[in-house]
Amino acid sequence: MVTVKQLPREEYWLPGHAACPGCPASLGLRMLGKALEGRFVLVVPAGCTTVIQGMYPKTPSRVPLLNIAFAASAAAATGLRAALELRGIDVPVVVWAGDGGTVDIGLQALSGAAERNEDILYICYDNEAYQNTGIQRSGATPPGAWTTTTPLGKRERRKVAPLIVAAHRVPYVATASIAYPLDFVEKVRKAVSKRGFKYIHLHAPCPTGWRFPPSETVEIGRLAVETGAWVLYEIEDGVLRLTGRSASLLDPARRKPLEEYLKRQGRFAHLFRPENEQLLELLKMDIQENWEAIRSALERGGRIL
Amino acid sequence: MPRVVVSGNEAVAFAVKLARVQVVAAYPITPQTTIVEKIAELVEKGELKARFINVESEHSAMAACIGAAAGGARTFTATSSQGLLYMSEMVFWAGGARLPIVMAVVNRSIAPPWSIWCDHNDAFAVRDAGWIQFWAESAQEAMDMVIQAYRVAEDEGVLLPAMVNLDGFYLSHAYEPVEVPEQQTVDRFLPEKTPAPYRIDVDKPMSYGTIANPDYYMEFRWKMQRAMDEAARVIREVDEEWGRLTGRSWGGLLEAYRCDDADVGIVLIGSWAGDAKEAVDRLRSRGVRAGVVRLRVTRPFPARELRDAVEGMSAVAVVDRSLSPGLPSVLAAEVKSALFNAKRRPVVRSFIAGLGGRDVSPKDFERIVECSLKEGPEEVTWIGLRGVTPW
Repeated sequence: MVTVKQLPREEYWLPGHAACPGCPASLGLRMLGKALEGRFVLVVPAGCTTVIQGMYPKTPSRVPLLNIAFAASAAAATGLRAALELRGIDVPVVVWAGDGGTVDIGLQALSGAAERNEDILYICYDNEAYQNTGIQRSGATPPGAWTTTTPLGKRERRKVAPLIVAAHRVPYVATASIAYPLDFVEKVRKAVSKRGFKYIHLHAPCPTGWRFPPSETVEIGRLAVETGAWVLYEIEDGVLRLTGRSASLLDPARRKPLEEYLKRQGRFAHLFRPENEQLLELLKMDIQENWEAIRSALERGGRIL
Repeated sequence: MPRVVVSGNEAVAFAVKLARVQVVAAYPITPQTTIVEKIAELVEKGELKARFINVESEHSAMAACIGAAAGGARTFTATSSQGLLYMSEMVFWAGGARLPIVMAVVNRSIAPPWSIWCDHNDAFAVRDAGWIQFWAESAQEAMDMVIQAYRVAEDEGVLLPAMVNLDGFYLSHAYEPVEVPEQQTVDRFLPEKTPAPYRIDVDKPMSYGTIANPDYYMEFRWKMQRAMDEAARVIREVDEEWGRLTGRSWGGLLEAYRCDDADVGIVLIGSWAGDAKEAVDRLRSRGVRAGVVRLRVTRPFPARELRDAVEGMSAVAVVDRSLSPGLPSVLAAEVKSALFNAKRRPVVRSFIAGLGGRDVSPKDFERIVECSLKEGPEEVTWIGLRGVTPW
């Protein structure tokens, strides 16, 4: 178990960057830097992080950072990894992409790299919408959520990206949350200790897009896990295991009521009006079926396929 | 120097091997496929020490090349037609990122209607991507061009990606005798890549491709233009040096065939220059003083060389194997723009021919020349359009 004291005091993502107040992606980047002690290369497609890193000729990043077009990050990381290997440089190549760049426009390249089992770590920071372009729905936006392109609430369910990736039979897939930084750090370290394709799906509550005060990012992230709306697990060589706070939440009775999480966010405010009951039900069903899939995997000894 | 009979595509694959390319990422498309198949075979047999990445799309092929080139590897891919269009976003990225990637484009027309046959609209669609654009006439030239392209692209004053175009089927699948240069010769000409000034280094972190606000963006573009200007000089020098090493120099930016005393010149790119040259020989035997100006490069556009080559001609016939609907001739427009400020400029006639693989014979080129010498409006003439007689 990693403790805070064991993390480097060094900062690899310098202050003064251009993130919104309370930005979860910048929290994640900070922890990622500490987890790998600054020895890695970042590949960043279009998204919030493009903006967070600020403008030429300055950058807050103390690791090399290759910006790339939206759909291309997993493929660019593949080529970069190949080149570094040829030069005998053994440092992790880490993709840092939003949910849009991962589950939507970037899915094809992600799938290609996963199928080839490329030796890269792909981290998706999931803020559950296209937040950088101004809060439009993504394939990872939960049902019922307000976005600017779902003004009455999203009517579709979400893609379960970690399981999509796991279906490629890669050595390591995990979910994490910026509210549980040590769990995230451990997963990053475990991931890079393995050869092949690794994927971490990092839940990243966005105050701007989710409509909550910027001081509450971590609290909202924690509530997502405690209510079961977000689940922490890892899938090692095809075997799923609940981790951290989620390990004791398989029994729904032990979870906090979902409303505690939803009512703190403006994007779900309309769900509590009687005419939107069906949307709220759809969201609850989405969450419940996610747990059912986890439960049934656990009953098979964690095997997901 | 061994002489072999190979297809244009095989010639390109051998050039990739001779250039000691380190990373190849590719997705198959007709008529390019046999290039990467051959490279895959060379890699599997251990004859080329490279990482061959079987990506899931052309978009990813170019993205992987970008990653690899940014990481400091010598990098290659090849594509055609829809594949080039599909990767075009990344083609622009590679140009803007100034990465010395070399790509063979086996030219093929664009759908719909589906067509696997040759024209030049695919490469022209990415004309403004910041790539050097070479056009080969023969399998031998395609091979030499790929090797030359790395020298030009990796030149520290240039640092631009380079595209080697070869006509689909006419060059890609036709077998020709080709002289394969010795590996030592190529090694001397194209040493293992010196460290690119901007390659990714964990000990010297930098951000690549970050946001540039209006205070900076324009200067990045200006530098691309400067690099293109520099490329023109480097292409000439590199071709001369290749000539000294192998006995084959291709003319630098363009090849002027029987132009010195010509009254009329045919300007074109690609493999059908051979047919045009034959037409010129026949015309000359009848006393018509004609010549051929074959552009080997369209980016950088060899405007000065073109002006020199056509000096004294009364007419120039530009034959496009592409169409810009609404303009409609791409190459003719560029030739006109290059000649516009020349003191004595010839009449420029524009012909569109050979789209979607429509055959064009030396006879057609003879008629093009004859048509250009007659008085007439400077409109665009379509050659071989069925049911329409242009003259």
